[in-house]
Amino acid sequence: MIDIKNLTKQANNKKILRGVDLQVKKGETVAILGPNGAGKSTLLKVLATLIKPTSGIVRINGLDLKKNHIEIKKILGYLPHSSLLYDHYSPLENLVFFGNVYGVRDVEQRAMKLVKDVGLSFFLNEPVKNFSRGMIQRIAIARAIVHDPEVLLLDEPHTGLDQGAISILNNVILSMKEKGSTTLMVTHDFKQAAEICDRIIIVKNGKIVDDFKIKNRNLELVSEKYEMQMEGVS
Amino acid sequence: MNLFRTALLLAKKDLYSELKTKQILVTQIIFAGLVIVVFSFAFDPANNTTKAVIPGVIWVIIVFAGILGLNRSFISEQRNDTMQGLLAAPMEAASIYFGKFLANFSMILVVELVSIPFLFLLFDFKFFGSLPYFILVIFLGSFGFIAIGTFLAALAANSKSSEMLLPLLLFPITTPILIGVVQATKIILTNMEKLPSAIAWIQLVSAYDVIFFVVCFLLIDYVLEV
Repeated sequence: MIDIKNLTKQANNKKILRGVDLQVKKGETVAILGPNGAGKSTLLKVLATLIKPTSGIVRINGLDLKKNHIEIKKILGYLPHSSLLYDHYSPLENLVFFGNVYGVRDVEQRAMKLVKDVGLSFFLNEPVKNFSRGMIQRIAIARAIVHDPEVLLLDEPHTGLDQGAISILNNVILSMKEKGSTTLMVTHDFKQAAEICDRIIIVKNGKIVDDFKIKNRNLELVSEKYEMQMEGVS
Repeated sequence: MNLFRTALLLAKKDLYSELKTKQILVTQIIFAGLVIVVFSFAFDPANNTTKAVIPGVIWVIIVFAGILGLNRSFISEQRNDTMQGLLAAPMEAASIYFGKFLANFSMILVVELVSIPFLFLLFDFKFFGSLPYFILVIFLGSFGFIAIGTFLAALAANSKSSEMLLPLLLFPITTPILIGVVQATKIILTNMEKLPSAIAWIQLVSAYDVIFFVVCFLLIDYVLEV
């Protein structure tokens, strides 16, 4: 599903990604762990077609990222740190706008269903600017999946969420997984990574330094492997 | 077709936002009103020479009210990083440019529709020129100014002092358009005998509009990268 070969990204003479090689199969849920500045978010931005790589090959669903970026964007759902929502628009208006951009059919019904799924149907027509951080994140999740993406790219999605919102987000990821979607999630939350992911990647200094599968929500294995890689890193 | 569809969606979104917030259009119209009132105090409407000022006043309104709108057009997409949302969506960068252009152009047309009749009224200006030519000049001048301005607004939006940078970039590039349309407007409003000269100015502005619109369309991809 995702095939990355020797991916590099350089900005202002600083190498952010130094030859990343990664293959992700369809339906996998992968957590990307690593310290701040390791290049995790940059990797996600390259996949989301927001940043052009300096060199390397990226293929998603067999399509080359450089040549078929519009086709690739249609199957990607991207949720970064920011909500990507228009403040003065209501959840419904935001979702209808993005749904239309992605060419979603029956977009209003789809938007209403998603707002209901994230537990905010009472606030359907309230402007997003009046919402709390957790509520905004719930709508942001709905925005990212409004077009039923085949690949979900999540950048620290659990940050600042209450328990209710965390469980809604996890349910969304798991239900997308059941549908066969592939998820890449950058996170610092080992517990959530162990809970919903079946593969962990550790990134350090722009390179993948560890890549392993986990079973039975083995949080200890994740912590142990991470600490082993981070020894000597302040 | 996708390019036009998404551009129209974006333009619709911007205009609907404006309808809700009333931030840009109201500011532009207030600015236009102030300019007209100040000029009407400075120049005696009863004096015939005052009529010569009108073409200049029209373009002062369009240029400065236009800049007010252009400045906001891409900066508004920085809040919550909504520009990233647009760039991650299946739309070309040219589509974003075209959508923003359509929204800015529609807003400046509304400003013109309100302010120019008000200007003529306050200056007691009897229109003896050619109305279709006058509308054509206003349309072509606004088109070129907004086309270049939208591109430069995208370029300046990433700068910390974008509100200062935009006029600095915009005025030198749009000077040929502004000279052309002010000259053409003056001839059409005050001296229709020189119409061939006005047509020559219109042709120059049209050529400039087309060239820069196409150039902006082609280059916007490099400007909008995150």
